[in-house]
Amino acid sequence: MAAITFTVNGQARTVEVAPDTPLLWVLRDTLGLTGTKFGCGIAQCGACTVHVDGEATRSCITPASAVAGKRIVTIEGLSPDGNHPLQRAWIAEQVPQCGYCHSGLLMTAAELLAKTPKPTDADIDAAIGGHICRCGTYLRVRRAIHRAAGAGAAAGEGGAR
Amino acid sequence: MSRTDGQAGVSRRGFLVTSAAAGGAALVIGFDLAAPGAQSPGPGTAPPNPLSAWVRVARDGSVTLIVAKSEMGQGVYTALPMILAEELDVDWSRVRVEQAPTNAAIYDHGTGGSQSVRTSWLPLRRAGAAARQMLVTAAATQWKVDPKACAVEAGVVRGPGGQTAAYGDLVEAAAALPVPNLETVPLKDPARFRIIGTSKPRLDIPAKVDGSAVFGIDVRVPGMLYAVVARCPTVGGRPARFDASKAKALPGVRHVVEIPAIRAGVFTTGGVAVVAESTWAAIQGREALDITWDHGSHAKESSAGLRAQFAQLIEKGGTVVRDEGGAAAAVAAAAQRVEAEYDVPFQAHAPMEPLNATVHVRADGAEAWVGSQGPQWPQGEIAKIAGVPPEKVVVHNTLLGGGFGRRYHADYVVEAAQVSKVVNAPVQVVWTREDDIRHDFFRPAALHRLAATLDEKGRPAAWVHKMASTSSNALWGEPGKTKLEESEVGGAVDIPYAVPRIRFEYSHAPTGVPVMWWRSVEHSGNAFVIESFIDELAHAAQQDPLEYRRALLAHGVMVKFPADARDGIDTKRLLATLELAAQKAGWGTPLPKGRGRGLACHYSFNSYAAQVAEVSVQDGRVRVHRIVCAVDIGHVVHPDSVKAQVEGAVAYALSAVKGHITFRDGQAEQTNFDGFEVIRLDEMPEVEVHAVPSTVAPTGIGEPGLPPCAPAVANAVFAATGKRLRRMPFAKEDLG
Repeated sequence: MAAITFTVNGQARTVEVAPDTPLLWVLRDTLGLTGTKFGCGIAQCGACTVHVDGEATRSCITPASAVAGKRIVTIEGLSPDGNHPLQRAWIAEQVPQCGYCHSGLLMTAAELLAKTPKPTDADIDAAIGGHICRCGTYLRVRRAIHRAAGAGAAAGEGGAR
Repeated sequence: MSRTDGQAGVSRRGFLVTSAAAGGAALVIGFDLAAPGAQSPGPGTAPPNPLSAWVRVARDGSVTLIVAKSEMGQGVYTALPMILAEELDVDWSRVRVEQAPTNAAIYDHGTGGSQSVRTSWLPLRRAGAAARQMLVTAAATQWKVDPKACAVEAGVVRGPGGQTAAYGDLVEAAAALPVPNLETVPLKDPARFRIIGTSKPRLDIPAKVDGSAVFGIDVRVPGMLYAVVARCPTVGGRPARFDASKAKALPGVRHVVEIPAIRAGVFTTGGVAVVAESTWAAIQGREALDITWDHGSHAKESSAGLRAQFAQLIEKGGTVVRDEGGAAAAVAAAAQRVEAEYDVPFQAHAPMEPLNATVHVRADGAEAWVGSQGPQWPQGEIAKIAGVPPEKVVVHNTLLGGGFGRRYHADYVVEAAQVSKVVNAPVQVVWTREDDIRHDFFRPAALHRLAATLDEKGRPAAWVHKMASTSSNALWGEPGKTKLEESEVGGAVDIPYAVPRIRFEYSHAPTGVPVMWWRSVEHSGNAFVIESFIDELAHAAQQDPLEYRRALLAHGVMVKFPADARDGIDTKRLLATLELAAQKAGWGTPLPKGRGRGLACHYSFNSYAAQVAEVSVQDGRVRVHRIVCAVDIGHVVHPDSVKAQVEGAVAYALSAVKGHITFRDGQAEQTNFDGFEVIRLDEMPEVEVHAVPSTVAPTGIGEPGLPPCAPAVANAVFAATGKRLRRMPFAKEDLG
């Protein structure tokens, strides 16, 4: 066990966990931030995606020790009030069905727009290609990202830092 | 469709409660949503199979609908309230939804078979209309006017003299009135619908974009522990012995518990549960277990062996399910016949939320938190384990992170109850993705052999279909009451096309591989077979596949098999659906070089669907560019949900022609999304959805969009390349 300190959604947190504990389980079981989802455990599906220092990162294969001193943003911190352009676009396009994989999709999409404010279909396909949605909401994901890009999502890369 | 209890009165079918709770009085209407034709309950008895819900109009004017169905992304939390709100004439923005408490005596919680809207349509309308009538009567009585002279708009009653009263202010007076007879309460003319038929924003979506939606796996209960179960990777196997000392020495691991397999009714595998303070500690603890497995009697099973078994069974001849006109003799005697064999593999459900359940078994009862398509089933099973009556088991049904049939099952909840009982604490059992895929109850595998002869017009004169599969009913059916073929042959034995001589044989291949319902159940494989084979016949007859189907559906007769079946295929509706899809897709118009179009139509779950696929083949890989889908599902309640469900069904169907589950040495060879391949964004075609305009009562759309997809794609591949795909998943070697 080791004490590991990092910030989550702008708040400094120190956790006592085995250093190899995946960040996913630290967020969900230690810190109670259950918005970040467990999907496959092997970085195949993207449900667990969070931002680590602004980079979309698969928390299921990222050991807690690797995020010491870093800034983590989860879906709960994507915006203070659920008003990130992507969140608004997700509602406007009625994207989710079961909704389980969308925390991860939103975090990847937020990183994409931060780096590529006006993504093409190919940009979106490449970024989202690492995600699986069994409900098949893919077309709406693409549409919502375009919609958010039009609304200037890049201006606000995500809330609390 | 007529009720057997035409005189059913209000006193039996509805009741009123005036709530004295802190929130003040509320008009509460309880009503039975019994399925059409269901037996009426006697006075004071619980209905045998009722689907029930309650309308609650509060003093503040808000309206709550308690939904007994499960929200798994299909939009039931929105569509059902819309139906009610329409007749109630309430302000849509004041409608709220609550999940019903799990109570099998009152509710039918079962969410499957694309039935929620279909079975709720009339009862919800009646409930809304009854509540409206009571509120209007209350206002009219106060104003001493004729209720017929009053109008309602957005939850406000208006009198002939300009009086107004909000629903919230009428609650107490309305609650004192008798409930109108729900059988005869006047319903709105559909031409006046303002809510039904619109795409109201789904009520469950906002919580799904900010991390606040609570799925089963997100449930946190004071004092809870987390567990994973080590299950024998071989189907039917069990732990022979194990050493838990290393696991128990790990930080955070609290208990290691062996749980027995329960075969009867739930078919859990049993195994060794590691119970810990976090999910990760439990996973680590499981890694540290030293288990010697008894691989059991199915350790030699393989997909290859199973296929050989299917072929032998077909050769030997199966149960004759249908035999009309001497088809076998006609096919045997024919100089020329069209023959084909189709393979349908096992499929995993793999909902994105891995299976999980949180259960607390106490001495006097139990509590469970789980996303379930039918929470009354685990409720009963938990009760058995806890040794308490089912009514002492409280099941909180959460949002489901995908269901697809898998979450209809109780096995994953039962395990949590077993563990909780031993460790005397609330326990969340989580399945890793490997657990989920290895230990799924798979879509059955099948082999189909078909032979047909054509008449002088090229139409099928005789048709012999021999099917072998791993029957779901072998596991789930009631011995002596259900037949093995009954769970397997829908959509294959009852083809809508005019064929004068037809024979259908079925054989079940015994297997240790657990099987059950997978989105659209047997229709997913059977539509592939039938709609591919019809396409083969059209090409053999050198006819356009659309023209060919048209001719074979022109009989316009209701198709029922068996003849006394409750539901049948209205071939006129099927043909109209096919025509709509063809027209919208531009059937017959030129395509870019290398592209092909294929079509398929299929009836399932009381709904009609037809699809036209546009594909090309590049480097041995099928690329689906566009799917145009037409559906006839009666009166469309929520158009955008219909579109979403078809998009989802297409994605699920395309995943099932990309990946599959194979068995070797009694073990699934795929264990996660690296081996079990599903489609991703870049493989998702454009999807267009068109509904046949209709005002007949609605049917469902959760599943019917799936069956026509694979055959439409396979038929399009044939059109583009001349290669006939007869095996799912579609393999490179079949395209070469």
